[in-house]
Amino acid sequence: MERDRILLAHGGGGSLTRELIEELFLPAFDNPRLRLLEDSAVLSLKAQDYAFTTDSYVVKPYFFPGGDIGKLAVCGTVNDLAVQGARPLWLSLGVILEEGLPLADLRKIVDSIRATAVEAGVEIVTGDTKVVERGKCEGLYINTTGIGEIVTPRRLGAAEVRPGDAVIVSGNLGEHGVAVLSRREGIAFQTSVVSDCAALWQLVKTVLDAGAEIHAMRDPTRGGLAATLCDIARASGIGIRLQETALPIGREVRGACDLLGLDPLTIANEGKVVVFCRGADAERVLSAMKSHPLGQHACVIGEVTEKPKGMALLRTTIGGERIIDMPTGEDLPRIC
Amino acid sequence: MNTLVSTINELARRVGRDVRLMEVCGTHTMSAFRSGLPQLLPSNVRLISGPGCPVCVTDTNYIDAAIALCRRPDVIVATFGDLVRVPGSPPTGGSLERERAAGADLRVVYSPTDAVALAQENPAKQVVFLGVGFETTAPTVAASIVQAAKDGVRNYSVLCAHKTMPHAMEALLHDQEVKIDGFICPGHVSVITGAAMYRFICEKYKIPCVVAGFEAWDMLKTIEMLLAQIVEGHAEVEIEYSRSVNERGNVAAQKLLTEVFEECDAGWRGLGNIPRSGLAIRAKYAQFDAAKAFGVKFEAARPHPGCRCGDVLRGVITPPDCKLYGKTCTPTDPVGPCMVSIEGTCAAFFKYDRRAAA
Amino acid sequence: MCLAIPAKIVELNGTTATISVDGASREVDVSLVEEPRLGDYVLVHAGFAIHKWEKSEVDEWEAIRAAAGLPGVTT
Repeated sequence: MERDRILLAHGGGGSLTRELIEELFLPAFDNPRLRLLEDSAVLSLKAQDYAFTTDSYVVKPYFFPGGDIGKLAVCGTVNDLAVQGARPLWLSLGVILEEGLPLADLRKIVDSIRATAVEAGVEIVTGDTKVVERGKCEGLYINTTGIGEIVTPRRLGAAEVRPGDAVIVSGNLGEHGVAVLSRREGIAFQTSVVSDCAALWQLVKTVLDAGAEIHAMRDPTRGGLAATLCDIARASGIGIRLQETALPIGREVRGACDLLGLDPLTIANEGKVVVFCRGADAERVLSAMKSHPLGQHACVIGEVTEKPKGMALLRTTIGGERIIDMPTGEDLPRIC
Repeated sequence: MNTLVSTINELARRVGRDVRLMEVCGTHTMSAFRSGLPQLLPSNVRLISGPGCPVCVTDTNYIDAAIALCRRPDVIVATFGDLVRVPGSPPTGGSLERERAAGADLRVVYSPTDAVALAQENPAKQVVFLGVGFETTAPTVAASIVQAAKDGVRNYSVLCAHKTMPHAMEALLHDQEVKIDGFICPGHVSVITGAAMYRFICEKYKIPCVVAGFEAWDMLKTIEMLLAQIVEGHAEVEIEYSRSVNERGNVAAQKLLTEVFEECDAGWRGLGNIPRSGLAIRAKYAQFDAAKAFGVKFEAARPHPGCRCGDVLRGVITPPDCKLYGKTCTPTDPVGPCMVSIEGTCAAFFKYDRRAAA
Repeated sequence: MCLAIPAKIVELNGTTATISVDGASREVDVSLVEEPRLGDYVLVHAGFAIHKWEKSEVDEWEAIRAAAGLPGVTT
């Protein structure tokens, strides 16, 4: 391909689409199912439970410190499977490209998808490409849908969480959100914080293999840890109490949040897992996490309690207590 | 920290009666709640949240005017993040957030200088900066106007709704019903204005004023200092936040304020009109005054019928006494400033009420 | 209104300085403080330095943060 930008015709289903698939996508993701280029990939499933999830990726800018939209598109979906206790197997990849997107950017992103998929142990078995007019999307949007095989003997989920459970997080909070925010136009600040974007299956597997009783796991993405805890508390009707002194927050993330007036608990993470396990198994889970490179800074941050029902609380550094709110949905710099 | 809390308990015991301390600064309210301070205080010491969040006391007619500007295709509206979700006048309500969803070019900025830069980068558009904030922020906006004048930036203007603290604090005291035993004075406003500004409150109303910092320790220390004054029957201005605040304040910033702004009356959401509590752009800088440049007519502020924020702000009623509380007025659909601010009296009550019930 | 944080001046260029809060940095206007120097700590609000701390004041703040188990000054 000598063209340097995506044209509307690339999404037309004709020769240019085929060119894009055969010269860019297929070589990157090559596997027997994809090579067939049929309308659907055919999977043979065993007689057991599978996890099935979908996510769309619209991150702006699409290249950010520590990753890009491609890496994110694989990790995000792989992680949603992992925290359900499922070994990720297959992904679909749907892309919506903006007319005029530089092909060099697309190549970099495809390569990123490839590398991340290989590392995560998943295959891209089916996909779709559409192109919209210039200005109708920002560069590109990606959707990935994933299937994984459940490996945990018991179902994981909010309903399994109970009073006495330990709340454990695998590492430092707020890195992805801060890294992306620093590149957003209009919010000019510099930071050395890099996105923590990572595929978590291996870390999760280490935890699952540790012989602990795991009740639920989540990856605290949009809305940060606060949103995740509020969701779990509400869904399961229990209370969650965190210790502010136990929260793992890096100095640079704290500095960026102080500078902009943001709460680190509400900032997105893309390479962290929160685990709810039987209280007595906390140490076991912790040492399993710490034995893996992605879990070096794992720590217990709190516990599940019977009351207050449906709420997450924070015991503060001065011994007070405050409610952890559901975040409003936008990270904006404040003066007040 | 523990010694401080025990001293506070001891002093509160010696005072004997109920003590109501008003913190006037929105950031103090935030700081207090974020550190869980209210739970640590003795039962006879109550913290009341005053009208100190400049965003939340921005009147509905200002938001309406900002929304109208958003709808002009030739205008980019630049704002601090705080203002994005604040509701306008009933019945339509509306907010800057909703305007953006409908296609308005709204930019959230960290500093007014970012807005001037926006103007320079977009010569074909008019950039209007929403100037809200107290004496801490007003000098930065003044500086942006002076800079724009110096650099010959013709497409930058400010829709000014800056407010000042002293007259608002006094307005709260005029009400017979209000019982305030001490003021926790704003920390960063005082960096600019100097602490001497509060002397008239002590002299005229015999109420102690302590200027507080924002760490939890600062606020506890401030409460201790106020209680100590109450026990001794004193009414003086003291500075707890001595690392940042002195009597005189930031003279350079004060000069900027008088250069660009003049005193005017201002409408406060929930409190109505308070004379001489606002800042208006002087005639000298009229070309940077968005109200003049766009012929903005501020409609008479139409508070929501039934909104009793004024009474809540004065500490005269508690949130559940307001008929709108929890029904028409909730944290996700706030009506008045007490609910607009995440840690406003009503918003906080809402959350901690649920917590007590749970 | 009052969100101002202590930040260290890491670069100085006339009335503009680069300040750092634990590694998060941006440019701010320092024309409102007297004789800012490299290494000074200033209070920053909305892109402007509004007050300069002396060393004793930085120490005081550090002590308060340490008492609460929070990080203080960047090295």
